[in-house]
Amino acid sequence: MSEPGAEYGVASTLSVGQVVFHPDRAGYRALVSDLRQAGYTVCLDVTAVDYLTHPGRSLPAGVLAERFEVVAILLSFERRERVRVRVQVPGADPVVASLYDLHPGSEAMEREVFDMFGITFEGHPDLTRILMPEDWEGHPLRKDYAVGRIPVQFKGAPGAR
Amino acid sequence: MATTDVYPGAATSEGAQELAARDGSTAAELLRESGSVLRLSEAAVAALSEQAVPEDETMIINMGPQHPSTHGVLRLMLELEGETVLRTKPIVGYLHTGMEKTGEDLTYLQGPTNVTRMDYAAPLFNELVFSLATEALLGVEVPPRATWIRMLMCELNRISSHFLFLATNGMDLGAISMILYGWRERDLVLQFFEKTSGLRMNHNYIRPGGVAADLPDGWRDDLAGILDALPARLGEYDSLMTAQPIWQGRTQGVGVITPEEALALGTTGPILRSTGTPWDLRKDMPYLAYDQVEFDVVVGSYGDVFDRYAIRLNEIRESMRIVAQILDAMPGGDYRVQDKKVTPPPRARIDESMEALIHHFKIFTEGFRVPEGEVYVAVESPRGELGCYLVSDGSAKPYRLHIRGPSFVNLQTLPHMLRGGLIADAVAIISSVDPIMGEVDR
Repeated sequence: MSEPGAEYGVASTLSVGQVVFHPDRAGYRALVSDLRQAGYTVCLDVTAVDYLTHPGRSLPAGVLAERFEVVAILLSFERRERVRVRVQVPGADPVVASLYDLHPGSEAMEREVFDMFGITFEGHPDLTRILMPEDWEGHPLRKDYAVGRIPVQFKGAPGAR
Repeated sequence: MATTDVYPGAATSEGAQELAARDGSTAAELLRESGSVLRLSEAAVAALSEQAVPEDETMIINMGPQHPSTHGVLRLMLELEGETVLRTKPIVGYLHTGMEKTGEDLTYLQGPTNVTRMDYAAPLFNELVFSLATEALLGVEVPPRATWIRMLMCELNRISSHFLFLATNGMDLGAISMILYGWRERDLVLQFFEKTSGLRMNHNYIRPGGVAADLPDGWRDDLAGILDALPARLGEYDSLMTAQPIWQGRTQGVGVITPEEALALGTTGPILRSTGTPWDLRKDMPYLAYDQVEFDVVVGSYGDVFDRYAIRLNEIRESMRIVAQILDAMPGGDYRVQDKKVTPPPRARIDESMEALIHHFKIFTEGFRVPEGEVYVAVESPRGELGCYLVSDGSAKPYRLHIRGPSFVNLQTLPHMLRGGLIADAVAIISSVDPIMGEVDR
């Protein structure tokens, strides 16, 4: 099988039999736009992962691992196939282009990622918190966000994170 | 927060998440909140913005989060002109309990207990999608009997979930007797679930590696009883609702959405199928053993509330067809994979073997390690594509667990479907989306 990403000019891998594209931040929106032209017309999901405590994940050559990864899952009805787009987003500058123009349905999903990870989507029309209250501090799904824990009074018990 | 009163809760506001007054909104915001989905020409935008509505003739009201017809804690801010809905903004998050974060702290064996509480009307689908994702990363294949048991339980769950919809949808529109009928029929299925898994909801029955227990003795008779009882009762629904002029008047032509709009919004499930798009993962991207059973994908043609009701009613019939075929085709064998890494030893062995006890203890305390990787798996839940994005760092707990709840995405159709309709129709439309807030907020 030839590399599926070759025709779009981005690195790609197969993960458990599923095609994954690894564009850089500048080419992320353009790739989703190209894929949309190629028939991947439905944006099923936009989510993110904070790789703060797991930096050594495997990525194709040339893709530099950053703290955050925004993951978009696209679907093509004709090919009956999903593809995944994983874009690296640095922790110091968590900004990525919004897909709202291409896929209006990504609005709520990007708001959720903003709420949970603090990643800003450029061009999103209404980037407010969606699940947490407006005045909440912090972004809960980040790995350095403390989880509430009842202290256990035993020797050697793990402390609160 | 700046203002802390005697009761801190009294000052709680969703602030910028709320719907702003008309004079405080830009044209683009107004367009979005009135549910425009597809790109309009500039002339059309100009025409829309010229339709000036006097500020003092509209009002913004809250519907929910405690409104009985919002199916939980959905809050809609509606701008009304008289009884006509101009703009809508759904505000969610009232049921957010951080289940995705919790999932990062539970082992893969504990995972189904967590995810099963998301879509509480269709808990088995959550367990299924989590288990399929874990198994994909592990690379284990479950025995055929486990696959068929999963399929059987999921189809029964689809039936019970759709009965819940029919009950609440009927009640929302004034067919009060439907809440009793729907509950009565749903209970038939829930009793079978209780017999099989020990619980009526939140079963933790489908687990990575198979299912928790084999089907109970006499399961064939139980299911035959259910399959015998339901057709006549579905016929009653047809005469009570489908063929009834008041019901048709309340639902036909209400809350219309076109296929293009539904696709742009990422909608799946009965809402997408009501627009005439025959997309059903069971048929189009088969998982489990759906390619070995016969059933039809029910589609509508108008994309209105009536179509969505009729689709769910008839999907119950299709699910019954599948259940009848599973009754004939259920293979023998083991109900879980015999892989010592993921499968605890049989209960009887624990009493007689120290090794089995240690094995059992280690599996339930430490769990099993899952190879590094990431995967996205989706199944067709009663509400649409239910996906699970799972990232493993090689430890015994997921590094990241994300559930794509179909209700969360489908809610985005509300501003579009409500625009221009009456406030009384809003109740019908919300109900026809069939949102489960546990899944929306997670």
